[in-house]
Amino acid sequence: MSILTPLRRGAADRSAPRRPRFRGATRDLPLAIAFILPATIGFGVFLVWPTIRGIWLSFTDYSVFQPGKFVGLDNYTTMLADPVFWSSMRTTVYYVVLNIAVQTLVALVLAVLLSRLTASLWVRGIVLTPYLVSNVVTALLWLLLLDYQLGIVNELLEWVGIGRQSFWGNPHLVVPTIAMVNVWRHVGYTSLLIFAGLQTISPQVYEAAKVDGASEWSMFWRITLPLLRPYLAMVLIVTSIGSFQVFDTVSVATQGGPANASNVIQYYIYNVAFSRYDFGYASAMSVALLVVLSVITVAQYRLSRAGHSDTN
Amino acid sequence: MRKRMLLTAGLVPVTLALAACSGGSSDSTESGPGKIELSYWLWDANQQPGYEQCAADFTAANPDITIAFQQYAWDDYWTKLTASFVGGSAPDVFTDHLAKYADFAAQKQIVPLDDLIAQDDFDTTVFAEGLVDPWKFIDGKTFGIPKDWDTTAFFYNADMIKDAGYSDEDLAGLDWNPDDGGTFEKLVAHLTVDKNGVRGDEPGFDKGAVAVYGIGINPSYDVTGQMQWANFTGSLPFDSLDKNPWGTHYNLDDPEFQKTIAWFYGLSDKGYMPKSGEFTDETPAQIGSGKVAIGTNGDWASSQFFGLDGVNVGVFAAPVGPSGERASIFNGLADSISASSKHQAEAWKWVQYLGSTACQDVVAGEGTVFPAIPSSTEKALQTFADKGWPVQAFYSYVESGHTFLPPITEHSGEIGDLVTPALQGIHLGQQPASSLTGVNDQVNEILGG
Repeated sequence: MSILTPLRRGAADRSAPRRPRFRGATRDLPLAIAFILPATIGFGVFLVWPTIRGIWLSFTDYSVFQPGKFVGLDNYTTMLADPVFWSSMRTTVYYVVLNIAVQTLVALVLAVLLSRLTASLWVRGIVLTPYLVSNVVTALLWLLLLDYQLGIVNELLEWVGIGRQSFWGNPHLVVPTIAMVNVWRHVGYTSLLIFAGLQTISPQVYEAAKVDGASEWSMFWRITLPLLRPYLAMVLIVTSIGSFQVFDTVSVATQGGPANASNVIQYYIYNVAFSRYDFGYASAMSVALLVVLSVITVAQYRLSRAGHSDTN
Repeated sequence: MRKRMLLTAGLVPVTLALAACSGGSSDSTESGPGKIELSYWLWDANQQPGYEQCAADFTAANPDITIAFQQYAWDDYWTKLTASFVGGSAPDVFTDHLAKYADFAAQKQIVPLDDLIAQDDFDTTVFAEGLVDPWKFIDGKTFGIPKDWDTTAFFYNADMIKDAGYSDEDLAGLDWNPDDGGTFEKLVAHLTVDKNGVRGDEPGFDKGAVAVYGIGINPSYDVTGQMQWANFTGSLPFDSLDKNPWGTHYNLDDPEFQKTIAWFYGLSDKGYMPKSGEFTDETPAQIGSGKVAIGTNGDWASSQFFGLDGVNVGVFAAPVGPSGERASIFNGLADSISASSKHQAEAWKWVQYLGSTACQDVVAGEGTVFPAIPSSTEKALQTFADKGWPVQAFYSYVESGHTFLPPITEHSGEIGDLVTPALQGIHLGQQPASSLTGVNDQVNEILGG
């Protein structure tokens, strides 16, 4: 949606002078409210209220079955002293760094190739296909492909002389494995987002550069990247938040194992809530995650000046 | 857009919880006027046909009640079950496990059966000795009606044993100790073969290129050890708990226990056992693959083992350990009724039927497990014999030997979250077995003992 905003804004600007702004705004108001209302209700019921409730629960010992009583900051002191919480956080950050770095790089290259080399809709469609597969199916698929005994990947590795690797069972390999599986699934989608950003760069800029004798390589660094920055920033923020919430792949493929090596924070929260019934503590960790993600988002937004484009 | 993302971020777990909560009513449904459908869950697919027969017989006698079966594999089963309690969509009746039920009883998610037992004069003395008592929770109330019992032993690839030059008598006469593994380890070493055909106890054995492992390992790193090392630790002068059931102090800091753990997982370092993560399936698939010679499992897995294509399978009982006896966990399953069931009376009727000689005889005829009623157990042994399955090993501990309960405590979920990664970490070589001392302190802190 954000990708299209500048285009829309351009269109609105062009039509704006035709009629006075104020009158148009009041006339559109009922219609605007009608459009916004359903989303606002959903936003309130499914996002705002659960957040408030979640924050409240984090100060209680709520177990679903028994109404919780207020325990002050107990859950938070437990959290600070819980080694599993900290190792889960580290595991998650490690996963996000691997996942986002590789995914963004590959997606960027893919998007540039798509926009500079081919206009084929078919090729663009192919790029998106892994994203159409559900997370659970993706995890099951790679669970089989990378299986130590039966996986075709391991057959290949043995054939080329590298030897079998326990992708899901080796504590050093398991997080990179999960990160790459999710890169496989999301890279097409990410590259399409970036691709949409590339579409907003006027071809005239490239033509002008070509006339001046710029190479494809220097055009990428001097034109594409700077003009793409706001889009890249948005993509980074959206994908990082998604990446922090990795759950399905872990739940299906490793259940946090081996030996907690892939016990990412979302899985740990789920486990504490749904198998230990400690919803108070699980809520406290969720609040911590909320805070961490908010800080990261604001930081990314500021650092990448996502609100400003170099064309402005 | 940005604000919205900020909010969405931390919300997923909470909304997830909410979504699960909104699952609404219990699984049981009314089907037609006066008709009631009870939901019944179990994890062992092998046993489902037998119990479906019981359900058909039950419905024939009680036309108003039908039973809807739902089967999930072990790991998924407990995940689904705990989530279904949270969501209020728990099954009316379900197969329960000794190591798990305390958490459900403590959270009042299963109902005490004592009043019902008294009201209907349900005879709990018909069950084999030692099967009813473990189902009495810390408050003395009964939360499950026994349905079967099990022990564990070693299934083996008979051709590999023959090639290795071992006879049935040799297997029956094995001994074990935590220092050098005794004749049991000698057997395992001899059964291990590398890619050049060199056996594990011969010079030049390449432990980096093993073709056949002497012993397999189930990927179940439980505090009970039932699927891995309990046959060994049980033959030590060692108990997991200060008292069982309802102990408040674990003894995982015991030096002999830790020595046994180190010995057991150390078999992987010697090349005799697969490393953690090499097999994601249990021992039936491992032996079926031809890459493993022997493997621990329970009597419930008999049909899987003896049904393996192209593999001749046998069973031998655990070796005699330092205590001078063979040992096995003696575990019993039972049926429990969910507190959220809207059909308590009908659920109780079904549980009573599951615990009756009529149903247990049907189960005995399937030859899957040992039913909880001794006369039915006799019939099951006959069924096994008729099928030509030598399951005497599982029975042998009861006749002569040492059987013991899996550790039954409160907070088993939380304890498992601590002990399971610790055990796997030892197998992976991340920590020494002595690291269990620290884990033991944490566990005992949870239990307050």
